[in-house]
Amino acid sequence: MSTLSAPKTAGAPGKASTPAQHQDKYGPAARRAKRRSTALGLLAWVIGIVFCFPALWMLLTSLHSESDAATNPPSLTAPLTFDNFSAFFGAEGGASPWPPLINSVTASVFSTLFVLVLALPAAYALSIKPVRKWTDVMFFFLSTKMLPVVAGLLPVYLFAKNVGMLDNIWLLVILYTSMNLPIAVWMMQSFLADVPVSIIEAAQVDGARVPTVLMRVVAPVAAPGIAATALICFIFSWNELLFARVLTGVTAQTAPVFLTGFVTSQGLFLAQLCAASVVVSLPVLAAGFAAQDKLVQGLSLGAVK
Amino acid sequence: MSTSVSAAPPPAPPDPSPPAESRPPAAPRSGRARAWATRAPLLPALIFLIAVTQLPFVATLFISLFDWNSLNPDARSFAGLSNYGSVFTDADLRDSVFTTMLLTATVVIASVVLGLLLALLLDRKFMGRGFVRTLLITPFLLVPVSAALLWKHVLYNPEYGLLNGGWAWFTGLFGVEDPSQPDWISDMPLLAVEASLVWQWTPFMMLILLAGLQSRPLDMMEAARLDGANAWQMFAFLTLPHLRRYLELGVLLGSIYIVQNFDAVFTITAGGLGTANLPYTIYQTFYQAHEYGLASAAGVVVVIGTIVIATFALRVVSSLFSEEARRA
Repeated sequence: MSTLSAPKTAGAPGKASTPAQHQDKYGPAARRAKRRSTALGLLAWVIGIVFCFPALWMLLTSLHSESDAATNPPSLTAPLTFDNFSAFFGAEGGASPWPPLINSVTASVFSTLFVLVLALPAAYALSIKPVRKWTDVMFFFLSTKMLPVVAGLLPVYLFAKNVGMLDNIWLLVILYTSMNLPIAVWMMQSFLADVPVSIIEAAQVDGARVPTVLMRVVAPVAAPGIAATALICFIFSWNELLFARVLTGVTAQTAPVFLTGFVTSQGLFLAQLCAASVVVSLPVLAAGFAAQDKLVQGLSLGAVK
Repeated sequence: MSTSVSAAPPPAPPDPSPPAESRPPAAPRSGRARAWATRAPLLPALIFLIAVTQLPFVATLFISLFDWNSLNPDARSFAGLSNYGSVFTDADLRDSVFTTMLLTATVVIASVVLGLLLALLLDRKFMGRGFVRTLLITPFLLVPVSAALLWKHVLYNPEYGLLNGGWAWFTGLFGVEDPSQPDWISDMPLLAVEASLVWQWTPFMMLILLAGLQSRPLDMMEAARLDGANAWQMFAFLTLPHLRRYLELGVLLGSIYIVQNFDAVFTITAGGLGTANLPYTIYQTFYQAHEYGLASAAGVVVVIGTIVIATFALRVVSSLFSEEARRA
């Protein structure tokens, strides 16, 4: 864990009063700046580890036996085991985690696909051939995102109850699609705006219609942005609790709902709870690390590049 | 998360796209056909969104005018605005309004301040910066329910939680036999929920502010440095003003998400011990107490509150957005 000095890094605050690169490279000021820089790098490492520690601890606990997990003071060196994971999937005495996991995959994957199918043409219309009043349309999309879910929950529940869609995973697919659509339109609008207009015009001159242009020209060029959008929609759907909790019960239960029930139905098994949390979080962690760079843009609704 | 509508139209943003309008008008008929051709790809998304998010909210508005308890469906009657009266006079609901404001403000302010410090630290080059950034993002990427369960059972548990366990280990180094072992959740319930949320949201703020820091005009920083500005002056007079928009964006987006928080309150305290915020209270009013009219009225009140925040948010986003358009 060593650090590199970064005399060129612009303007991080500190007490340095002299810019290192305008001094003699080996002068005392440069050495001081270098030492301070090393110290700050080290500090970042320490904070990073402390900050992440609860999550690392969860991982470690999931690899300990139940009796080693519940000791006070905590034990770092207890032997590691995968028993909790096999017990979780083997569902000793409890409900099997597979149906909820499959439900979560269904809800997340299908809603993400629907979002892409709806958002790509919309983003295309908004970015490549701006329709009149396009910012108003953009802000309409955004405004639907800013109002609390909880205010629409009851009518959705009553509607689902009346048409017999309670505890049906496709209801969640529809709701998650609407939940993620505005973000996807905003994100993709900013990605598609980077596609050179000339290649689109060339395709149109060749007689391609909108669907062809989208699939053959725009989508390949904007692929990284579209992939990032998809990952973010997947994360949001996977994480959602309130809708899933209210609108599903037994058959359509999703993984987060399963997790909340996991504790009460089986008593508290700390190590197994950690294993379950790790399993449920893994897809999101993977997606999140993969989309790291675009994450900000997505979460800030495309406003920050 | 969306289900509802902004009742107010978004504040008219300064339209950064004059090209669309300033194009010479084409011949009327083909012009109209072309206008529809450009609009057509937008329609599926627009119609879907209106159907799924706007209609339920209209229904909520409607239901809020009724005295309707689903356990007693025959007694449903028109109640006018009396549900709204109850929202503001009912002690539990009033408390949850206050709790929501306190929770949101505390979490947002703390995570913005911490996020700023971390962003400044990560803005420097050092070995393994990418890895440290990944470590810092991890809390934000845990499934919120997992994170809440982690805090409740693994960290806060008074018997074998990491906080007390770590403290016992630490004092054990100094030969203290029986260190104090607080029961975090019952001793300081709101703080317990807040701490877990700050932990989850600090990375979000850090990411936004880091993006802001990295978009600073380097030549201006360089010029200031040559003029002899010290690090503090550069931070106070260049970096901070530049970051203002990003700070606003972080505060507003954070507020919008945290006002709606359900997972942490539901999981850590189940709304007990004075931690019930509005989303949790509404959930309870309708899901457990079956008071549909009252829950809807409370929902409408949340929406009105959020519109106030959202109006500012849209303005901030639109200013960032129009800046983007100018640059393009």
